Order: sequence, then C-alpha cells, then structure tokens
Amino acid sequence: MNDMRRRLPVALAAVIVFGFLGLFFAWPVAAIIGLGLRGDVGTVLAEPSTWRLVGFTLGQAAASTAVALLAGLPLAYVLSRLVIPGRGLLRVAVTVPFVLPTIVVGMAFRALFGADAGVLAIVLANAFFNVAVVARTVSGLWSHLDRRMEDAARSLGASRMRAFTSVTLPALLPALGSAASVVFLFSATSFGVVLVLGGGELRTLETEIYLRTVQLLDLPGAAALSLLQLAAVVAALLVATIARRRRETALRLRAPSDTARRPQGGEWCVVALAGVVLCGLLTPIVTLLLRSVSTRDGRGLAGYRALLGTGQHGTLEVTGLEAALNSVRTAADATWMALLLGLLASFVLVAVRRRFVAESLDLALMLPLGVSAVTVGFGYLITLGSLPGDLRTSPLLVPFAQALVVTPLVIRMVLPVLRAIDERLRQAAATLGAGPWRVRREIDVPLAARTVLAAAGFGFVVALGEFGATSFLARPDAPTLPVAIARLLGRPGELNSQLAYAACALLMIVTVLGVVLIERLRGRTDAVEEF
Amino acid sequence: MNRYLRWGAALAVASLATGCSLIGSPDPDSAARTVTLVAHDSFVADPAVLADFERRSGIKLEVRNSGDAGELTNKLALSQAAPLGDVAYGVDSTFASRALREDVFAPYRPAAADRGPQRYAQDQQHRLTAIDVADVCLNVDTGWFARHGTPEPRTLRDLTDPRYRDLVALPDPTTSSPGLAFLLGTVAAFGEPGWQDYWRELTANGVTLSSGWEEAYSQEFSGSTGQGPRPIVLSYASSPAAEVDENGKPRTRALLDTCYRQVEYAGVLAGAKDPQAAGEVVDFLLSPEFQAQMPEQMYVYPAVDGVALPPGWATSAPLPQQPTELPAAEVERNRDRWVEQWRTLVRG
Repeated sequence: MNDMRRRLPVALAAVIVFGFLGLFFAWPVAAIIGLGLRGDVGTVLAEPSTWRLVGFTLGQAAASTAVALLAGLPLAYVLSRLVIPGRGLLRVAVTVPFVLPTIVVGMAFRALFGADAGVLAIVLANAFFNVAVVARTVSGLWSHLDRRMEDAARSLGASRMRAFTSVTLPALLPALGSAASVVFLFSATSFGVVLVLGGGELRTLETEIYLRTVQLLDLPGAAALSLLQLAAVVAALLVATIARRRRETALRLRAPSDTARRPQGGEWCVVALAGVVLCGLLTPIVTLLLRSVSTRDGRGLAGYRALLGTGQHGTLEVTGLEAALNSVRTAADATWMALLLGLLASFVLVAVRRRFVAESLDLALMLPLGVSAVTVGFGYLITLGSLPGDLRTSPLLVPFAQALVVTPLVIRMVLPVLRAIDERLRQAAATLGAGPWRVRREIDVPLAARTVLAAAGFGFVVALGEFGATSFLARPDAPTLPVAIARLLGRPGELNSQLAYAACALLMIVTVLGVVLIERLRGRTDAVEEF
Repeated sequence: MNRYLRWGAALAVASLATGCSLIGSPDPDSAARTVTLVAHDSFVADPAVLADFERRSGIKLEVRNSGDAGELTNKLALSQAAPLGDVAYGVDSTFASRALREDVFAPYRPAAADRGPQRYAQDQQHRLTAIDVADVCLNVDTGWFARHGTPEPRTLRDLTDPRYRDLVALPDPTTSSPGLAFLLGTVAAFGEPGWQDYWRELTANGVTLSSGWEEAYSQEFSGSTGQGPRPIVLSYASSPAAEVDENGKPRTRALLDTCYRQVEYAGVLAGAKDPQAAGEVVDFLLSPEFQAQMPEQMYVYPAVDGVALPPGWATSAPLPQQPTELPAAEVERNRDRWVEQWRTLVRG
C-alpha cells in the first residue's frame, strides 16, 4: 500500500515527461529518419567525405569545448571564490553572449577575422556562446566547496597548483563534466555559426543535414548523417555521465559566504585572466552596439527609433517592440513548460533506484540538445498532421520546441541539488509522520527553490535566444526577435540593417533585465547549482 | 516568509507572462471561411490590401511563412498527404518541376492568367500560376567606379577581366538561393561545359564567396550599409531601389545584361479544405491591388501586364529586358549534378 502511494506519482510524472518527449521529439525524429532509411543510406556512409565531415564536426566541437573551458574557468573562479567589486556585473556580462542571434555573432566574427575566417573563427565563436555555460555551471559548485580541504593539502606541503589539481579539480569534475557535455553538444550542432563563418566550405554534420533536408530533399543522405550525429551525441553523453557519476552526492558543501574572500597573491593573476576573457566577450558585443548606432553619415539613433516601426516598406509584419514582446511571451511559455517537465523528470530520476535505469533515462532526456532542429522540424510535418487539431501550424509549437531545448538544461541544474539533499532528512520527516507530498513540500521544495529559480532564469534566457527550432516554426505574424533580426538582415536597405542591430541591442537589454531580475529574486544561493 | 514572497512573485510573473500568450489570441470570426496561404519567408503584403480583400470576399486569410523557395517546396512535398494549407505561394522556377512531380498542386486557372502570367506557365494543367518575376543580377556601387575612374563591368564575361580582379562578392550556390540562380545563369549563358571554364577563370580572378546573400551584400559590398571592400555583388535587379540617397538617387545599379530570371508561382494545394475559396485567393494574388504593392513590399516585379511600377523604379530598378532562363525541367534534372561539379571545381 505504502509502496503504491510512493510509486504512483513517479509513474505519473514519468508518463507526462516521456509522453511529451515521445510526441514532440522521438516520434517526429524517428519518422523523418525512417522515411530516409527507405533510400540508399549505405552509399552515404561509405563516402570518405562523410567521415571527413564527422571528423571536422567532432574536432571543432572538441576544440570549442576546450576553449570554452579554458576561458570559463578563471571566470568561474572569480565568480565563486573571490570578493571583488562588480561581480554581479560580471555574471550578467557573461550570460549575454548566449542569447545573441547566431547570424549576428557570425557576422561580427566575420567582420573581425575577415572573409576567410576559417576554423579558428568557428571555434572562437562557439566558445564565445558557451563560456556562460562553463562559468555558471562550474562556479555554482565551486562556491560551495570547502576551502579547508585545499588548505589542509597546502599545510602538508603541496604547492598551490598541486593542491588545485589533486584536491579541487577532482571535486569539480561533476560540474566540469556537465558543462563540457552541454558545450560539446551545443558546439557540435551549432548551425548558424558554421554556415556564416565556414562560408559553405567548412561543413559539419549539422549544416550538411540542413542542406540535404531543406535544399536537396535528399532524405536518405540526411537520415544517414542524422544517425551518425546521434551516435556521436550519445557517445559524448556517455562520457559526461561517467564524469558525473562519482561525486554527485558525496560532497561536503559550504555556504558561499564561507568560501569567498578578497583575492590575494597569485589570485590576482586569475583576476587578470578573467579580465582578459571578459574583454574578449565584450569585443563582439561592443562591436554590435557600435554598429547599431552607425549610419551612413556617422552616428545616429535611426535604428532605435525604427524599433517602433516595421522596417523599410514594412519588412516585418509587426514592429520591433512587438517582436520583443513575442519573444518574452514565447520564452515565458517555454520556461514554465521546461520547468514543469524538468522538475517532473528530476523527480523521476531521483526516485529511480537502479543506477543503470536512471542514467539511461537521463541520457534520453538530454538527446534533444544533440539532434538537428531541421530533423525535428521536418519530422513535425509528417507526424503532427495525423494528430487532431493540426498542431503543425499552431502557435504553441514554438514554445514546445524551445521547451525541448531548455528542459535538459533545467534537469542538469536541478538534479544535482535534489541528489545532494541528504536522504536522512527525508527519512526523518517520514518517521515523524509526514506523507510523501508533505516530505517534498517541507524538505525538497525549500532546499531546491533557489536553484529552480536560477534554472528558470537561465532557461528563459536560452529560450529568448533560441533560433534554430524557432525559425522553422514561428508564424510571420508572431516572429520572435531573433527571427525578426534574421529577416531584416535578409533585405536590402539601410534602415533594415540598422533596425536589425538595434533589435540585437534590445535583445541584450531584455536578457540583462531577465538575468538581473533572477539574480535579485534568488538572492545569494545557498544550494548547489550546476548553472 | 521571504521565501514564500519570492515564490509568489515568481509565480505571479510566470502566470502573467503565460496568461497573455496562451489565452491571448482568441479567434473571433472562426465562422468565416478561412484560407491558409503557405508562403516563402519573403512574403509581405500591405495590410490594408489584405484587409480589403478579406472584407470584400468574406475570406479570412492566414499566412504561414515556410522558409525560402526550396525549403517551401520540400515542406509541401513532405506534407502532401496532409497539406499545410490551401494555397501556396513562392515555389519558384528552380523548384517548380519538383513540386509538379510530387503532385503538390491541383489544377486551377485564374481568369487573369491570360494577362501576362500565362507566358511563364509550367504545365498544361495550370497547376502553377506565375505571380511575380524576380531577376538575380550583379549590382555595382556606381560611386566606387566613378571615384576610381574604372568603367563599370557590363557582362558576365567582363568579370574575368583582370581589371575587376578581387572586386566581386558572390553567395555560395550550394547554400544560397540567389547563389544557385547565378550558377544557373552561368550555365544558361555559357552552356556545358563552357560554364565550368568560366568559373575557373572567375575563381582565378579573385571572387569572394560567402554562405549567404546577407554576408555578401551587407558585409562585402561597398554600396550597402556595411560599406565593405568590394564594389560588385550578386543581388537582385530591384535592389538599387532600396539604396537611394537623400535626393532619391540610387547609389547602386543592377547590370541588366547579367540577370537570371526567377518566376515565383502560386497554386491551389491538392487536398485543400475549400478549393473554391483557395482559387479566390489565387485570383486575389493576380488582382491589380495586390500586384501593384508587390514591388515595394517584396522587391519583385508584377507578372500581370500593365501594372504600374512605383515611382522611381523606371530609373533605379528597371526590369531587365533579356534575362537568361533555363526550363524548370532541365534545372530539376541537372541541378544536383551542376552543384556537385561546381563544388569540386571551386572548392577542390
């Protein structure tokens, strides 16, 4: 009886989460790949060019991940361990790149590196987008690590470096593994960056899937490449699972106020490094801001004034401001859907006792990050039409698709906290007579609340900037800001281009406001978080 | 207490934000006949003209943008069993054959087809009706050539002249639809295998390739806002109309002897819910009101004869008289092979 009472909610939550995922992810993807598998997939797999594609995709993603980790770690250190003025500002600045439309960032990097930008520009642009993931994930855990372990190592004669590599780094592994896997997935599937900076010459699996599906209608080719991409993604996720496996529950956590202090000695070098990274992040941002006030005859605010209009000869169907409102609304919908799904999924994952099952489910929940938006979007065409109410053209589809991207991030942030909650607290509550819901309300909710808010904030920001899925599904009368920006850049006319850059600035402002609001709401974190 | 306050605030924000989006779009006149027009991303129309049509016809027009011409065609082909809408607009002459082969469209012949569109007809059954014409042409920055005392190029052949070395920006034919049109234009102009020799010389003369029209036009081209380094770019015959100075004089010019013609079509989708209303929408796309506002809205030329162009277009963006063209069926048959040959030739 008691067993039933515990299992029923878990089963119900699992049905909701995997029902949604099955309907809006697994079925469409399986359907479109299945359609392709009827053709001649073998030839594509046998071509040497296919394997060069795989090599380049994995290589650039690995390089981007390495750069993002290297650049993100000093930032994470400063954000978590040091008390310096402007830390809040730093946190906000680090997040902004994540929402910028890829086409715009691609063009900014193209302007910086010249037309033959090449591999270096792709790697740096991918890293630029993802430094936020590393900085936020790692600093979340770092700020709770007990300094005394490191101090003990130092007093036993270990150098600062030795203490870091043998004590701190292993403790950070779960967060590093999480961050690295997410960054790797984002970099391996980044589409706009490769298209703009690769100039049609450098190709990844993702851009090739896009070309074969969207332009050539070569479904067998696209299916073969999608399967390869899927295999690569699963491999990356497995590595991350192994990296996270050991320490998710076994940490001695401290309040951040105990672990942060004023920088001393060699720490100033880290601060300087973080400053360099920050400058690197700010360069494209400032370039964009300058571009938004440039006119043919010097500086001007024509682009910003134009936000109230619809572009040259009405390029957009709505004004720039309305597009911003659409963005906020859609992202809000995507956020609550992703929160609901992510929390239910975390609840299921914590409740599942068998590690293999839990890890398999976890991996399945991460897959939407690694599958091409084109594959999902084209899958919708052949599956959702057979459902009642023809969802293919519903305005709900955009938040649905965005929620697919945001949900894995919510899980990655919330799950470690739920896992870190001492089971003995729950047992104590149960012994005192609390039912399972009461336990959840009294123990889990208060402990996880702030992390959930942080996840909501970051998820909102991700949804705001999401372009791939959105551009496939957004309706013309309700474009989001990134969709509107791409549309404006696709038309001649000075006003259109100024308006596009002003809209970018607006997107940044909305993002900054969102991040600041969330930071205010959650105050000083006292729970572990991964982002 | 504070904690509950925060949760309350978060909940309030969330419910407010979602309240206006999920419940915010009621459909007051769902009783009226609704026609869904699936269109390419460039579809924009004067709201007043659309509203006027809805009032007169009693048809509520829902527009859904669905990617560029190629993407739109492929989406229509994939969803053919359960069509995405009732009418489609934006399948162009490059992709028309694919749409016809996949039986995406039902026959419909509007009365106005005889006043111009008929000359672009693709098949005997009238499944596609030409709505507009858009020519892909090289554009030049006239000021740059005046300042440098260099004569402007005139033909495709001129681009291989050392005088125009490192001056040309093109979008990649494999990733961009105007880029593909330009490749087809070179096939039409030089034939096989002449086009390959032409591209060899063109590449040797230092053209720069970008993945999309956006980068070529707004970053490489000196005549647009980006004020890039190159004074020759691939764009449309109509683009100069968007590049006028304070005195209304265009800063750029399309080279009318370098153009490749793309015709954009509309048709009633096979399996449309209300084929009759769908036909009325095709009629509307050919109506004088709709045709007249197309140039300013979409930078294309009307397919119907005798529709006046906006003031200034006659000088800034005249319609090319002798653009090159390839039959849709030939494009469909050879497109992939040409693109592959081009890739090997230029990318190595």
